[in-house]
Amino acid sequence: MTDSIIVDTATRIFADLCEPQTINAAEDGKWPEALWDTLEESGLTLTWVPDTLGGAGADIIDGFQVLRVAGRFAAPVPLAETLLAGWLLAEAKIAAPPGPMTIAPVYEDGHIELAGTTLKGRARHIPFARNARHIAVLAVAADVPTVALVATDGLTISPGTSLAGEPSDTVSFDGATALAVAPAPGLDLGSVVRLGAAVRAQQMAGAIEHILDQSVQYSLDREQFGRPIAKFQAVQHNLAALAGEAAAAGAAADGAAEAIAQSGIAAMTTGAQVAVAKLRVGEAASTGAAIAHQVHGAIGFTREYSLHHATRRLWAWREEFGNETFWAMRLGRMVAAAGADALWPTITQGS
Amino acid sequence: MSTNFQFDPIELPPECQELREEVRAFLRQEIEAGTFSPQGGRNDNAAAFARKVGARGWIGMTWPKKYGGHERTHLERYVVTEEMLAHRAPTRHYSTADRQSGPMILRYGQEAVKEEYLPRIASGELCFCIGLSEPNSGSDVFAASTRATKTDGGWLVNGRKIWTSNAHNSDYMIALLRTSPSTKENRRHGLTQFIVNARAKGITKNPIINLTGNHEFNEVVFDDVFVPDSHMIGEVDEAWKQASAELAYERSGPDRWLETFQSLVELVRVSGSEPDDRIAAGIGREVAHLATLRRMSLSVAGMLQAGKTPAAEAAIVKDLGTNWEQALPNQVRALAPVRGDSAPDSNDDRFEEALRHTTLIAPKLTIQGGTREVLRGIIARGLGLR
Repeated sequence: MTDSIIVDTATRIFADLCEPQTINAAEDGKWPEALWDTLEESGLTLTWVPDTLGGAGADIIDGFQVLRVAGRFAAPVPLAETLLAGWLLAEAKIAAPPGPMTIAPVYEDGHIELAGTTLKGRARHIPFARNARHIAVLAVAADVPTVALVATDGLTISPGTSLAGEPSDTVSFDGATALAVAPAPGLDLGSVVRLGAAVRAQQMAGAIEHILDQSVQYSLDREQFGRPIAKFQAVQHNLAALAGEAAAAGAAADGAAEAIAQSGIAAMTTGAQVAVAKLRVGEAASTGAAIAHQVHGAIGFTREYSLHHATRRLWAWREEFGNETFWAMRLGRMVAAAGADALWPTITQGS
Repeated sequence: MSTNFQFDPIELPPECQELREEVRAFLRQEIEAGTFSPQGGRNDNAAAFARKVGARGWIGMTWPKKYGGHERTHLERYVVTEEMLAHRAPTRHYSTADRQSGPMILRYGQEAVKEEYLPRIASGELCFCIGLSEPNSGSDVFAASTRATKTDGGWLVNGRKIWTSNAHNSDYMIALLRTSPSTKENRRHGLTQFIVNARAKGITKNPIINLTGNHEFNEVVFDDVFVPDSHMIGEVDEAWKQASAELAYERSGPDRWLETFQSLVELVRVSGSEPDDRIAAGIGREVAHLATLRRMSLSVAGMLQAGKTPAAEAAIVKDLGTNWEQALPNQVRALAPVRGDSAPDSNDDRFEEALRHTTLIAPKLTIQGGTREVLRGIIARGLGLR
């Protein structure tokens, strides 16, 4: 299922242009121009925009695989958000503009109103709002879900910061005028949150893969008591547990991506698979990050060493687009409503 | 460098779905006929059940037809296995032979032995057990000291195996026996596998009752037990070379994450269709783990089907799977609505029975077939740490 060209391209770009210094500089407010421009030139930023709307028209799975790589490199750019925005605009057949984008709202109970082309409302925790040139908004126009493309110029953006040091801003849309507006009757914020959760699950799976690599390498390099700490059984067993969490996270995240590709974002099975993914990956993030830090000791707790680029993102992403408890309740209610005797048939459904 | 193990997704082909429905229909029929109860129980007619499963062609599914097999895929076998487990069907008469002994004989056994035993395993007739552990050789499998000494036309076996599951019902044992001392260069050297007639003269089986009160495992004592040359499996002194392929089969199957599944099913039943937030979240969490484990386990079945030997991946599935299934009854218990007074038609008794059973068997799950510690060692080796 891997389109290796697109994954290879992404890997090469991140390996060249997403070094730890770039990530630190981004956190200090310096936009990683070279990285973003190269991603944009490669077409990766419009992976989820069909070619009829000026995008790359790649498979939805390709986009997820690129995001896995982005997560591995802790890429400090709104690639995921631009993909999500491109998807949202495409659902309403609005062409995607160039430049970085993000979406709003990012909660199911968010509410932005639209009268004609004038917006009203406020959205919290919008990732990368201050870096985005446009925001794709799922608003409501006289009870009809409507997608609006809004330029960030002239919006009131109150900066906030995620645990990872990435922008997580509050955006006021009051009085803003949309550049384009189109109804999307089949869409709701539930779908946006589902896709967002599947996206974060992929980035997180990538980040967990990275901290496994980094921790294994560190344990082989670091000597104590006259030998590499990798030779101590206690350390080996911790790393084996981390490898298990990384594998589970990857499998769970892929399950959600596959469901979206095969059944669509609105399907009930997709809802269940996304819940499984965000919840299982979230738990893997907590367990995995704790092990990675334990293996690294004090150096991993410094600003200078790069482990926190991945672990702080993992902690931040756990909360975004529904945390473990949010999805656990969702999934639990679905299971309970179907009843005990439906549990096994549901687990084995489709595969 | 990348240390990440690959769990490629598997999509089951349509014939697997049809097969799944067939197995479900068969199991419904057997439950209705009273052959076994999905709630468990002792009079479960395991030997008779094995014959019926054999007649359906669901034992030795992947083996060549000329040995009584059915030349079906590992994925089809996987589907049958997980349906049996999820319905708590009494598979113990044939499951060991189907999963381990049969494939071992098929791969390393002598031709005459293959022709003699494999068709009788596939029909559901023969029951096998595995003679690995000894009083002084548990996780340290290659420390086995039960001896096979060369004699005319065969070998004489003396010593003791212990924790041998189902030995008391078994017709044959595949035993790991010492045929030479280990060497300085290779401490795993000197062990050979044999098919031993478990009802032969000189064998004594002593029951060991486990903490659930059941008789599952045994001590098996060998006193000059004769094994013919033809029953040697693989090369003399080289059994260690045969170990890893076999263990991949054992370690990642649905039996490594479905043993306590019943407690989750009964929790869902007893909690009703609209549980409160806390119980809903608890159920959701367990289902997410279960679904992920199944996906990974199925992926390993796909690797086996592709002819790979995914030792570390299989160990990961078993480690995650057994840890999860072991913790499950305790999670379920913490979520359970406690009722002092319940209607006679409530599901409380059913729930409590499932919880009791799974709580008691939980400790063994991270021990049998390779302890958690052994598995983590295998994973660590896969990571390049040792």
